[in-house]
Amino acid sequence: MLGKMTKQMLTGNASIAWGVRLSDVDYIPAYPVTPQTEIIESLSKWIREGQMDAGFVTMDSEHSMITAAGAASATGVRVFTATSSQGLMYGFEMLYTVSGWRVPFVMANVSRGLSSPITLEPDHNDILAARDTGFLQIHCETCQEALDSILIAYRLAEDKSVLLPAIVNMDGFYLSFTREPVEIPNKEIVREFLPPYKPTHAFFRASQPMAQGVAVLGGHIYSYFKYQMHMANNNALSIYKEVSEEFKETFGRGYGTVEGYMLDDAEYVLIMSNSFSAMGKAAVKRAREKGLRIGLLRLRLLRPFPEEDIREALKGRKASAVIDQNISVGKGGILYSEIAGVLYNEKQRPLLLSFIGGLGGKNISDAEFDFIFDAMMNAYSTGNVPQPALLYTEAELEEMERLKRVAGKG
Amino acid sequence: MIKSIKDLTFEEQMLPGTPACAGCGGLLALRHCLKALGEKTVIVNAAGCFTLLCVYPFTPFKSSWLYTAMACAPAGAQGVRDALNILIKKGRLDEKEDLKVVVLTGDGAAYDMGLSSTSGAIYRNLDFYYICYDNEAYGNTGFQSSGATPFGSKTGTTLPAELNPLGSELSKKDLFEIWRSHKPPYLATISPSHPVDIANKFKKCEGIKGPKLFIAHSPCPPGWATEPRLSAKFAKLAVETGIWPLKEALYGEVKHTLIPKKFKPVEEYLSEQGRFAHLFKPIRQEEAIKNIQERVNRYWK
Ligand SMILES: Cc1ncc(C[n+]2csc(CCOP(=O)(O)OP(=O)(O)O)c2C)c(N)n1
Ligand code: SF4
Repeated sequence: MLGKMTKQMLTGNASIAWGVRLSDVDYIPAYPVTPQTEIIESLSKWIREGQMDAGFVTMDSEHSMITAAGAASATGVRVFTATSSQGLMYGFEMLYTVSGWRVPFVMANVSRGLSSPITLEPDHNDILAARDTGFLQIHCETCQEALDSILIAYRLAEDKSVLLPAIVNMDGFYLSFTREPVEIPNKEIVREFLPPYKPTHAFFRASQPMAQGVAVLGGHIYSYFKYQMHMANNNALSIYKEVSEEFKETFGRGYGTVEGYMLDDAEYVLIMSNSFSAMGKAAVKRAREKGLRIGLLRLRLLRPFPEEDIREALKGRKASAVIDQNISVGKGGILYSEIAGVLYNEKQRPLLLSFIGGLGGKNISDAEFDFIFDAMMNAYSTGNVPQPALLYTEAELEEMERLKRVAGKG
Repeated sequence: MIKSIKDLTFEEQMLPGTPACAGCGGLLALRHCLKALGEKTVIVNAAGCFTLLCVYPFTPFKSSWLYTAMACAPAGAQGVRDALNILIKKGRLDEKEDLKVVVLTGDGAAYDMGLSSTSGAIYRNLDFYYICYDNEAYGNTGFQSSGATPFGSKTGTTLPAELNPLGSELSKKDLFEIWRSHKPPYLATISPSHPVDIANKFKKCEGIKGPKLFIAHSPCPPGWATEPRLSAKFAKLAVETGIWPLKEALYGEVKHTLIPKKFKPVEEYLSEQGRFAHLFKPIRQEEAIKNIQERVNRYWK
């Protein structure tokens, strides 16, 4: 049932805020950081105007903010919070801590490159640093997807076979400040999909004393609880499929764990994530017009990592190239390593190329995409896979040389 | 208000059998605080010795417990308090199920790493209790100097040595005044040697909404290098020498709840503790002892 829906021009930030508003969230501990701040400003305004019945508190840091979010969730309310880059790093200790509390709140991360050098523009070193924490991770390409993913994230996180916090990620500036037409679903219909929060697991109350977050002595106890988290996170894979199916039935739009674009008959596959995938899709379309059989695989659910779906999507391809919008300094692209791990035991696997691109929001031009396509085809025909490379144009290098001269280092 | 220890409740909220050291002054202070607070509490703890009070699958408390991390117990208290309020307001939790939210941290968390989150919680007028057991160093990591370490104390990182025979040359921060500058409705210093004073202070702030803060002077046998059986004696000596003033501030107004009739010399307190032994032998460091006595005299003038 689709019901009456309205479409509005919304930024990515406003889309997230709308997702939260529709989710019957009870409590929002917050802390400002660009480019996320518009989310918490919108929510705070709605609460002050009486359009949302939730508590809102500006904390003294993201470390405190994530603590308060986890503690409130452990007490039995539905919680949302948001951060970005430096803020995520500042609260990092608590990411591991609260996921160990098994508290199902949702946090938005608006990706932004990490200092230093300090910058405002996006890449994914912030969010990928959190990949081992226990949080579920959904990465978005569009504003509509950002709104919808908040609803999906609560369903996933709160499922009793999961009970882990979830992060919905989107790119700063490219999505956070970009306006797109977004369908704001009807609240009554959202309630059918995501009913108000009535947790049945343990939480603090006088008649039911509980010790939460207690210490353990001994590796066998620690291992047991850690691995429980791993299994719960993996449970979210099958739950995701049920939930996204139900989402599609309810709202008429669906999202897989991964998204294929012009993939069906593709011989070569570009692998990307988040909003820069839109540039990749445009490049794939152009390549198709030239008769090249290229497609794109966008990674959406990053934790749990949908290994089976990735393997399936890459089966029978000639070559594939990962554009990592991140850099593990001293190693290279993070997602490249993860995908290589997924493919290693396949008898017939595509060649896998690695590119680092879009760091700190650097544009990826048509020429750079064409370069990648050529590299994939060349690798297949010669059997030689090129070394991992940074996407960087000559014009950009010249400009950099000029700036260095200005800085007196020419 | 009660007059004598005979008036203290027999009801215990923390049961025996914890892994804390024999003679832990902080634990004794906590026991008396919890007696005063009653059963309906949730203790929000920061990293320190007392984190090990709850080791899976045991807890010594009749009430609830949440271990957070070192810097952020007050933020955890904020989350729990706010959530309870929301649940009650929205009719999803019976008021009978409400809990007093109690932060429990050592001095390292209170004086140093947790200052930001504490300042935030007091600023927001969070309705909570804060109990800091002040053993005057980072105890759980083996007694290194913290912002609460007094002048002249030996710790794992202020060993008296040739270049610096004093031990710690820095002075203890005044947490009472740091907290008081935030204008909380109630704060107090307490000592495990004065349980009647503890009970009365909790009584006094009962029903006050907002931050209610307690700093408990806490003898620590392994760190202070003292005998476990003498912890109450050292706690008492700290009060009787004037080193640890027992006081409270109700809406900012400071009042001493015990003024010794005749102050004992600080030397009596210092000389029997291993952490100050270097001030007395092999060479008596007269300047340093005088310095400590003068600080106390100046405070009480
Ligand atoms: C972020 C962080 N840094 C360091 C530690 C290590 N650590 C654990 S307990 C502790 C000492 C805490 O001292 P205090 O607050 O005085 O409590 P006590 O140990 O004396 O009970 C330290 C430094 C930690 N747990 N977390
Ligand atoms: S080290 Fe000191 S504070 Fe810690 S438990 Fe032992 S006596 Fe108590």
